[in-house]
Amino acid sequence: MQGFFEWFQVGWDKIWGWMPALMESTAVTLELTAASVSTAVVLGVFLALGKINKNGVIRRLSAAYIFFFRGTPLMLQLYFVYYTLPDILHKLFDGSSLEFIATGPLSMQSRFFAAFLAFSLNIAAYLAEIIRAAIQSIPKGQMEAARSLGLTYGQGMRLIVIPQAYRRMMPPVCNEFVMVLKDTSLVAIIALMDLTFQTKQIAALRSSELVYIPAMIIYLILSGVFTLIFNKLEKKLAAHE
Amino acid sequence: MVMVQTEDLCKSFGELHVLRDVSVTVQQGEVICIIGPSGAGKSTFLRSLNQLETINSGKIFIEEQLLLHRENNATIARAGKDDFKSLLLQMGMVFQSFNLFPHKTVLENITLAPQQVKNTPKAQANELAGVLLEKVGLAEKAGEYPSRLSGGQQQRVAIARALAMEPKIMLFDEPTSALDPELVGDVLAVMKQLAAEGMTMLVVSHEMGFAREVADKVLFMADGIVAEEGPPEVLFTNPQNPRTRQFLNSVLPQ
Repeated sequence: MQGFFEWFQVGWDKIWGWMPALMESTAVTLELTAASVSTAVVLGVFLALGKINKNGVIRRLSAAYIFFFRGTPLMLQLYFVYYTLPDILHKLFDGSSLEFIATGPLSMQSRFFAAFLAFSLNIAAYLAEIIRAAIQSIPKGQMEAARSLGLTYGQGMRLIVIPQAYRRMMPPVCNEFVMVLKDTSLVAIIALMDLTFQTKQIAALRSSELVYIPAMIIYLILSGVFTLIFNKLEKKLAAHE
Repeated sequence: MVMVQTEDLCKSFGELHVLRDVSVTVQQGEVICIIGPSGAGKSTFLRSLNQLETINSGKIFIEEQLLLHRENNATIARAGKDDFKSLLLQMGMVFQSFNLFPHKTVLENITLAPQQVKNTPKAQANELAGVLLEKVGLAEKAGEYPSRLSGGQQQRVAIARALAMEPKIMLFDEPTSALDPELVGDVLAVMKQLAAEGMTMLVVSHEMGFAREVADKVLFMADGIVAEEGPPEVLFTNPQNPRTRQFLNSVLPQ
């Protein structure tokens, strides 16, 4: 028992020294989550509209996209974007006038960008179904009223239907956000210094396994804070009801 | 001028023939009430006019211009893109379930379409909305959200919203059917006022009193056809078609 307290004390002191590094990697986790989810929401709206489009080709393309990204492991998607995609682009465009495609951001010089791209594309597929359900839960009469006033389908969606769908998609989007916050820990496989990878590094190199405890507490705080924010947002959006 | 004319409109939902060769002519300033049992095709007829439903065949003319001509579920001819849009804008519609935009205030409900569709400047749209709200007796509700209004008030806002696009023809699809009886009067009063101002109106309604008092012509629809039509004093007192008689017996107090 005496040994335990000593071990804990020593370990804990070490960890305090690593707090700045933990905070820095927490920022990476947060940035990745926020950037991916917000990009995915925009992409998800288009996918959702694609899935309910009158045009069969658009509908099938959207469905195929969703099927692909939900049907393959996120880990493999991350590997693919980081390792395979730059190779493909180099083989395709090197030496051509389109070389900039292969040498631009898609060359994955930045691990963060690779993670951001893979996560955005993946989350969009999940959000698309949530958004589609929210859009279709808005009574048909809303679009009919918009159309009867001379608005186009696009205006009706943008000004009338989607704003009302926002509130209904808030709880599932919040849920998704919190899941993504934790799922971003997967980026360790491409060695992006997020909170989880940093924690693992500290544990391995600085020999204190206690570091997993503050890491979990940080995740917990972030999840809690975002759940609160989303609840507030949902209430605010419901103000007119 | 003939404001609305249809020739042989047909519409079916799958096997169900909802409209069968409906031909109707509406003169400028006329108020037409369409009555009939549910499922007769009354609403579908109105919705076909402003393209919420696409007809299978027939011709629709608005202000004596061809809007759409279809045969066998294929378009034969239609007005050019801009004309099509502007002809549709001649018609305003009021729905049974109001369909106000719940996330917009009363004022925003009314000013949205003029600003978006006609690029009316905000100040001017607000001014017009004020006049219209005054007209429907709800000037003090401009800042409220629809959920704070009674059904009758919501429907009057919906009328103001449609009028804000300055249509020449108003389509009313059972405007009072979803209202508590004590709220019906206010909505009908607004509609009567509109009729008195010379608005061309097509009204699907079960309000026989309104039809009798305001309508120039009453159409009785059953099974997708106009079974009988005539001035209300004739149609209500001396119906020729047995279907009309049967229907009137069931809805009119003896």
